[in-house]
Amino acid sequence: MIWSLIVIPLGMAAVVFAVPSNRWRPWLVPLACLVHLALVVVALQQPALTSRGHWLVLDPLGKVFLGLISLLFLLCTFYTAGYLSKEQERSNRIFCTCLLLSLSMMALVILSHHLGLMWVAMEATTLTMAPNLYFHRGPRSLEATWKYLLICSVGIALALLGSFFLAYSTLHAGLEESTLFFDDLMRDAPNLSRPWMHAAFVLLFVGYGTKMGLAPMHTWLPDAHGEAPAPVSALLSGALLPCAFLAILRIYHICVAAGDAAFARQIMLWIGLLSMATAAVFMIRQRDFKRLLAYSSVEHMGILVIGIAIGGWATFAALLHVINNGLTKAGLFLSAGNIQSAFGSKQTDDVSGALRRAPFSGGLFLAGFLAITGSPPFGPFVSEFSILTAAFGTGQYWAGSLYLLLLLIVFLGMGATVVGVVLGAPPETAGKAPFRESLWNAAPIVALMALVLILGLNLPASLTDLLQQAATFLETGR
Amino acid sequence: MIVQWLDPMLVLALLVNFFMLGASRLRAVIYAVAFQGVLLGVMPIFVRGEVGWWLGLLVIATIIIKGIVLPELVSYAMREVFISREIDPVVSFVPSLLLGAAGTGLALGYARTLPLAPNHSGSLIVPASLATVLTGFLILTTRRKAITQAVGYLVLENGIFLFGLLLIEAMPFLVEIGVLLDLFVCVFVMGIIIHHINQEFSSVSTEHLARLKD
Repeated sequence: MIWSLIVIPLGMAAVVFAVPSNRWRPWLVPLACLVHLALVVVALQQPALTSRGHWLVLDPLGKVFLGLISLLFLLCTFYTAGYLSKEQERSNRIFCTCLLLSLSMMALVILSHHLGLMWVAMEATTLTMAPNLYFHRGPRSLEATWKYLLICSVGIALALLGSFFLAYSTLHAGLEESTLFFDDLMRDAPNLSRPWMHAAFVLLFVGYGTKMGLAPMHTWLPDAHGEAPAPVSALLSGALLPCAFLAILRIYHICVAAGDAAFARQIMLWIGLLSMATAAVFMIRQRDFKRLLAYSSVEHMGILVIGIAIGGWATFAALLHVINNGLTKAGLFLSAGNIQSAFGSKQTDDVSGALRRAPFSGGLFLAGFLAITGSPPFGPFVSEFSILTAAFGTGQYWAGSLYLLLLLIVFLGMGATVVGVVLGAPPETAGKAPFRESLWNAAPIVALMALVLILGLNLPASLTDLLQQAATFLETGR
Repeated sequence: MIVQWLDPMLVLALLVNFFMLGASRLRAVIYAVAFQGVLLGVMPIFVRGEVGWWLGLLVIATIIIKGIVLPELVSYAMREVFISREIDPVVSFVPSLLLGAAGTGLALGYARTLPLAPNHSGSLIVPASLATVLTGFLILTTRRKAITQAVGYLVLENGIFLFGLLLIEAMPFLVEIGVLLDLFVCVFVMGIIIHHINQEFSSVSTEHLARLKD
C-alpha cells in the first residue's frame, strides 16, 4: 500500500513519456495526480502505514506534508494542462514526465524513514525539477537553471557529509548494529556523540536549508522562481521547499530525542530571522513581481524555522503555516502567471491595472497578497499570529519583537509593488497579448484561495487533530 | 587498518589539493583530479587491510568513475565547446594557495575537537576530508568558468568520499550512495555540452551568467 504512493506516479510518468500526442499528454498529468490524491486520502485515514523493514513510514508529520503536496500537484497540474495547450509548438514530453517524477520523489522524501534513502530522494527532486525550470529555454532560464543546480547540489553534498557525520556519531557511541533508520536513531539518540551530532546538525541544516531557501543560502531561489513557468514556481514554493523543511524537521527530531534541542533551536532562530530580514530588504522596491513572490518564500521559510525554534504552541502553528503558506503561495504564483501572460511582462514598469485587464487574476493576486502578509480573515493570519503569541508567551520578547517588525516591513514593501500591479489603469501598450481568463487558468486559483479562506475562518477538527498529533510527535517523539 | 600506509596517501591527496589551487592550466587541474580520484579509489584497501569481492568492486568502480570517466568527460567538454585552456580566477593563484593553507590548518584544528572511535584514533582521515571539502569550495567559488566549477564540485565530492572511509566497514550502503553525487557532475558537464552554454553566452564563463540580480 505505502509503496503505491511512490510507484503509481512513477508508473504514470512512464506512461506520460510514452504518449505521443503533445495535445493530450498534459491532461494525463492532473489525472495521475487525482489518482495519487485519492490514494493519499485513503492513506491519511489509516493510523500508521509502514513498509516491510521500516524503510517507509507514514507518520503524523508525514501526513501533513503528503496531503499538502498531493493537493497542490493536482491543482497546479490542472493549471499546467491549460498553460501548455497555449504552447503547442514546444514539446512538453520531458516537462510532463518530470512533473510526475517530482511528485513521486517528493512522496519518497516524505515517507522515507532512513537517513540515506531520504537523501537519495532529495537529490532526485533536485534533478527532476531542473528540466522544468529550463522549459522556456533562453539565456535567462539557462542561468537560473545553472544556479539552481549548482547551489542546490552543493547543498545536497553538504547534507551527505552531515549524514556521514551523524552515522559516525552512532559508530563512535559504540552501538551494536548502528543503523540510519530514524526509529533506531531516535532510540539511540541520547547515546550519540555530542560533538559529532552538533557538526552533523549544522551541515544537514545548511545543506537542506539551501534547498529550502533559507538565507544566506537562498541565492538560487529568486532566479529560479523568476524564470520558471508559473506552475513550476508554484510547485517549487508550495511543495519542494516544504519537503526540504521536513528533512530539517527529521534531523531536529533526532536532536530533540537526544535532549539537545536547545542547540538546534538557537541556530534555527537566528537563521530564520536572517531569512526574514534578507527577504524584507530585497522586497522593498522590487520591480519584478515574480521575484517579489520568491523573496516572500524566503521570508516564509524563515517563519517556519522560527516557529520550530520557539517551540511549544508555535510548533503547531509552524506546521499549520506549512499548509497555509503552500496554498497561498501557489495561488499567488498562478495568478502572477496569468498577469504575466496578460501583459507579456513581469516588470512593474510595464504592468499596472491588472484588476481591469484580468479581473479574476488581479483580484485573487491582491487577496493572496493580503493573505500571505497575515491579514485576517485568511489562514496565514492564524498561523503567523500564533507564532507571535507563542514567542511572547514563552518569554522570547526579542525574537517576538523582531519577528513582528519584519512582518510589518514586508507588508509595506510587498504592498507597494502589489498595489502598483493590481490597481490603476492598464498601460496603453499592454493588453494586446492574446490572453483570456478561462476555467483552467482561474479555477485552480479560486480553489486555492477558497481553501486559504476556509482555513482562516474555521480550522476543520480533523486537520487540528492531525496537526496536534504531528506537533506532539515532533516534540516528544511519539 | 594499515595506518602507516594510509596517512602518507592522505598527505599526497592534500598536496594534490594545493597543486590544483596553484595550477593555471585547466588540463593540469583535470589530470590532478583524476590522480586524486585514483588515489581515493585504492584507499579503502588500506583501511580494510584485506580485499573481499565487495571491496574490490567498490575500488574498481571508484577508480573507473573518479579516475577515468568524469575527468575524461570534463576534458571532452573542454575540447567540444572550445574552452580556452587558461583558468580565469577571481582570486589569483597565490592568495588561493594561502586560503587553501589556512583552510587546511582550520581543518586540522577542528578535527582535533571531534572524538574518534578507538580503532580510528590518530588517523588523518577527518582533517584530510575537511580540507579537501574546503578546497572544493574554494575552487567552486573563486574560478569563473562553468567547467572549473564542475571540477571544483568533483573535488568537494572527493572530500566527502574521504570521510566515507571511516564508515566503510560499518555502513557500506551510505558510502555507496555517495556515488550518486557524480550524477550532478555529469549533469553539469552535459549541461555545458548539450545546452549550448557556449552558444548562448559566447564563452563558458559564468560571468555571463550574471544577468539575474537585484
